[in-house]
Amino acid sequence: MSAEAATIKTNGHEPSYLEYKGKHTGILGWILSTDHKRIGILYLISLSFFFLVGVTFGFLMRLELLTPGRTIMDAQTYNSIFTLHGVIMIFLFVVPGIPAVFGNFALPLLIGAKDVAFPRINLISWYLYVFGGLLAVVAILLPGGPADTGWTFYIPYSVRTNTNVFFALSAAFVLGFSSILTGLNFVTTVHRMRAKGMSWFKMPLSVWSFYATAWVQVLATPIIGITLLLVIVERWLGVGIFDPALGGDPVLYQHLFWIYSHPAVYIMILPAMGIVSEVIPVFAHRTIFGYKFIAFSSIAIALFGSLVWAHHMFTAGMSDTGQFVFSLLTMLVAIPSAIKVFNWIATLYKGSIELEAPMLFALAFIFLFTIGGLTGVMQGILSIDIQVHDTSFIVAHFHYVMFGGTGFGFFAALHYWFPKMFGRMYNKKLAKFYFWMLFVGFNVLYFPMFVMGWLGMPRRYYDYLPEFQSYHVISTIGSWILVPAILLMAYNMYRSVFKGKVVTEKNVWGGETLDWITDTPPIHENFEQLPVVSTDPYQYKMNEEELIEEEVS
Amino acid sequence: MSSTDQAVESHVHRDDIGSRMGMWLFLFTELLLFGGMFLLYSVYRFEYAEQFHIAAKELNIILGTFNTAVLLTSSLTMALSIVAIQRNQKTLSLLLQIITIFLALFFLVNKFFEWSAKFHHGIYPGSEELLSRSSGEILFFGLYYVMTGLHGIHVIVGMFLIAIMARMTRKDLITADNYVRLENIGLYWHLVDIIWIFLFPLFYLIT
Amino acid sequence: MEKHDYYHEHSHGYGIYILVWLALMALTAITVTIAGMNIGRFTVATALVIASAKAYLVLTIFMHLRSESKAFKVFVFVALIFLIISFILLFADYSFH
Repeated sequence: MSAEAATIKTNGHEPSYLEYKGKHTGILGWILSTDHKRIGILYLISLSFFFLVGVTFGFLMRLELLTPGRTIMDAQTYNSIFTLHGVIMIFLFVVPGIPAVFGNFALPLLIGAKDVAFPRINLISWYLYVFGGLLAVVAILLPGGPADTGWTFYIPYSVRTNTNVFFALSAAFVLGFSSILTGLNFVTTVHRMRAKGMSWFKMPLSVWSFYATAWVQVLATPIIGITLLLVIVERWLGVGIFDPALGGDPVLYQHLFWIYSHPAVYIMILPAMGIVSEVIPVFAHRTIFGYKFIAFSSIAIALFGSLVWAHHMFTAGMSDTGQFVFSLLTMLVAIPSAIKVFNWIATLYKGSIELEAPMLFALAFIFLFTIGGLTGVMQGILSIDIQVHDTSFIVAHFHYVMFGGTGFGFFAALHYWFPKMFGRMYNKKLAKFYFWMLFVGFNVLYFPMFVMGWLGMPRRYYDYLPEFQSYHVISTIGSWILVPAILLMAYNMYRSVFKGKVVTEKNVWGGETLDWITDTPPIHENFEQLPVVSTDPYQYKMNEEELIEEEVS
Repeated sequence: MSSTDQAVESHVHRDDIGSRMGMWLFLFTELLLFGGMFLLYSVYRFEYAEQFHIAAKELNIILGTFNTAVLLTSSLTMALSIVAIQRNQKTLSLLLQIITIFLALFFLVNKFFEWSAKFHHGIYPGSEELLSRSSGEILFFGLYYVMTGLHGIHVIVGMFLIAIMARMTRKDLITADNYVRLENIGLYWHLVDIIWIFLFPLFYLIT
Repeated sequence: MEKHDYYHEHSHGYGIYILVWLALMALTAITVTIAGMNIGRFTVATALVIASAKAYLVLTIFMHLRSESKAFKVFVFVALIFLIISFILLFADYSFH
C-alpha cells in the first residue's frame, strides 16, 4: 500500500501521542493510558528492566563456570540463579517480548486502525505482566530463597523442594494470563479493525505472524496455566495429581508442560520472523519474494509447532511409537521455517541492500536462526537426541534460536521503529558498532557450548571435569563481549530518547506499510482519517525497473 | 468494552461482533484450561480403569443428576433472559437473571453437601483414609476435587457476573439495543454448563 | 465482513429454548439410565456421545453459534481440533506403553 494510495492529509498541528493530554497527566497519563502506543512503551520499559536483570544472572552464571568447582558462589545459589535466569528470560522477555512491545505499538498502525479491539484489557494485561514479574523476583528476598527447579518445574522435585517455588509458579501463571489477554486482543483486532480495503492478503507479513502467534497464545497457554496451578495445589494441599508418591505420573506432567511450552517456542520465534519479513524488503528495496508462502508458513508453523511437544521427552520414558510419531512431526516443522528463510534470501537477491542497524540485526537473525534451527532438526533425530539430551548442546541450540533468533529480532524491531516511537534517531554509528560486538560476543559465548555438549558436558551443572575448562573459558570471555554490547545498546537507546537527533519525516526508512504514513511520532488517534488501502504491501520501484530491464534484454 | 466516559481516552467505538469474538476467544482459554485436566483424567483413567471404577461408586449419582438438571435449567433461564431483553421486556429479563443466580446458588449448596459427606467419610486430599487406598483411587479423588472445585469457582464467578448484569439491567445500562454484555456473560455461563455436561458422566456415571 | 444487522440475527423465540432444554433433560435421563445398565466397555463411549450431543445443543442454540458468522464457527472448530489433537498425540505415547 503506497503512501499515495492512502487518503491522508495532516496539518501537522495535532500533538503526538507522547505529548497528548488526556484525562490524566504526568505519570498517570501513562500508567492509566489505554493508548496502544503508550502501552507498548510501558512494556518496552518494564521488559528492558527484566531483560537486564536476566542478563545479570546469565553473566553471573558464566562467571561461576570460569573455573571448575567454586568460583564466586555456592551450588545452591547457582541452582537458584539459573532458575531465575530461565524464568525471567522466558516468561518475562522472550515470550511477551515482540508482541507486547512492538505488536502493541505497531499492529494497529500496520493495519490502519486507531487502537486494538480492547484497549482496557490491553492495559490490564500490562499490569498483570508487571505483577507477574514482581512475583518472579520477590522470592529472592524471602527466606527459603528463590526456586531452584529450573524453569521447567519438573515433578517430583518441584513438589518436594523447600525453596519458594510457589512464587515462580504463580508468576508464570499470571504472566500466562497476561499473554492470553494480548493474544485475544490481537486476534479480534486483526479480524475486526483492518482498514478499509485491507483484505487478508494485503496485510503486512508481520501482521500475519502476530496473528498466528496470538492464536497459539490463546490456545496453548491455558494448558500450562492449569498444569502449574495443579503443581501449586499439589504442593499446598497434597492432592494426588503428579507426585508418584500419591500415585501420579511425572512423565504426564512433562507432557502437559510441553504441550504449552513447545508451542511457546513458536510464540517466541514467529513474531521475530514477522519483523524480519518487515525489515528485509525495506532495506533491500525490493518486494518481498513469495508473500503468500511466508504468510501461510506462519500459520503452518503455528499448527505444526503445536504437535511436536514430546520431542523434549525422548529420554523421559516414552513408548517407541510415541517417540517415532513425535520425531517425524519434529522434522516436518522445519519445512515452513525453511520456506521463510529461502524467501528472505530470494528477496535479498538483486536488491540494493542498505546496511542500516535494523537490517544488520535482521540478517544476523537469519544466520543465527539457521544454525539454531538446523541443530534443532539434529535433535529431532532420536539417536542423536539421546547423545545430546540435557547437555550444553541443547543450551547452545535454544540460545541460538531464542537469543540469536528472537533476541536479535527484538533488536531489529527496536532499531526499526525507534524513530517512529520517539521522534528521535539513535546514534547510528554506535548502533553498528555494538551490533558487531553483539554478533561476535554471541558466537564466542554460545558456540563452544555446542562443542562441549557434544563431548558430554551436562547442562545446569555447577561443577565440571577439567577437560572442559578451555571451552568454558572461551564461553565466559564471550559473555564479556556480549554484556558490554548490551549495555552500550541500552545506553544508546536511553540517551536517544531524550537527546537523539529529532526526526520529523513520516517515512524514516522508506517503508511501504501504513505505519510510515503516520506522523513521527504518531498522533493519539494514529491517523487523522482512517486510510483506505488499494494495493498489495511491499510495492517497491526496484521491481518495476527490473521488469523493464528484463523486457529490454 | 464500550462506555461513553472512556470514549475519548481509549478511542472506543462500539463493535458488538468484535466484543463477542473476544468473549469466544476467552472461552477457548477456559475450555483448554479444563481440557488440560480432561487430558490428565483420560490418561489416568486409561492406566487405572478398574480403580476409577471402584472409586466412582462412592459418588452420589442422585445428587449429581439433580445438580445437572439444576445447571441445565439455569442455562435455559439465562438464554431466555436475553430473548426477554431483546423484546424489551425488562422486568421479565431481570426476573430470569435472578432465577439463574438462585439456581447457581442451589447448585453450590448441593455441591457443598456432597463434599462435606466425602470429608465426613475421611475422603479428602492427604487424609489417611485416602492415602491407604490404591493409586488410582487417590488420583480419582484428587481429580474429582480439583475439577469440581475449579468448576465450582467458575460458578461462583458466574453468579457475581450475572448479579452485575442484573444491576445494569435495572439501571437501564443493558437495553434492547445494547445487550452485548449480557450476551457475553450468557456465553460464559453456557460454557460453565458445557464443562459440567462432561464432568458429570466422567465422574458419576462410570460405575 | 459481517454486514447484516446484528440485532435481528439472534431473535429466536422463547419456544426453541424450551424445546432444547427439554431435549437436554431427556438426554440426561437417558445417560443416567444407560449408566445403570451393564453394557461393559461401551459405558464410557455412550456417556461421551450423549454428553457431546448435549454440548452441541448448548453451543448451537443457547450460545447462538448457529446464527453467528462463519468466522466464529471456524474458531470453534480450530479450538476443538487443537484439543482433540492433543488427546490423540498424548495417546500416541500412552496407548503403547
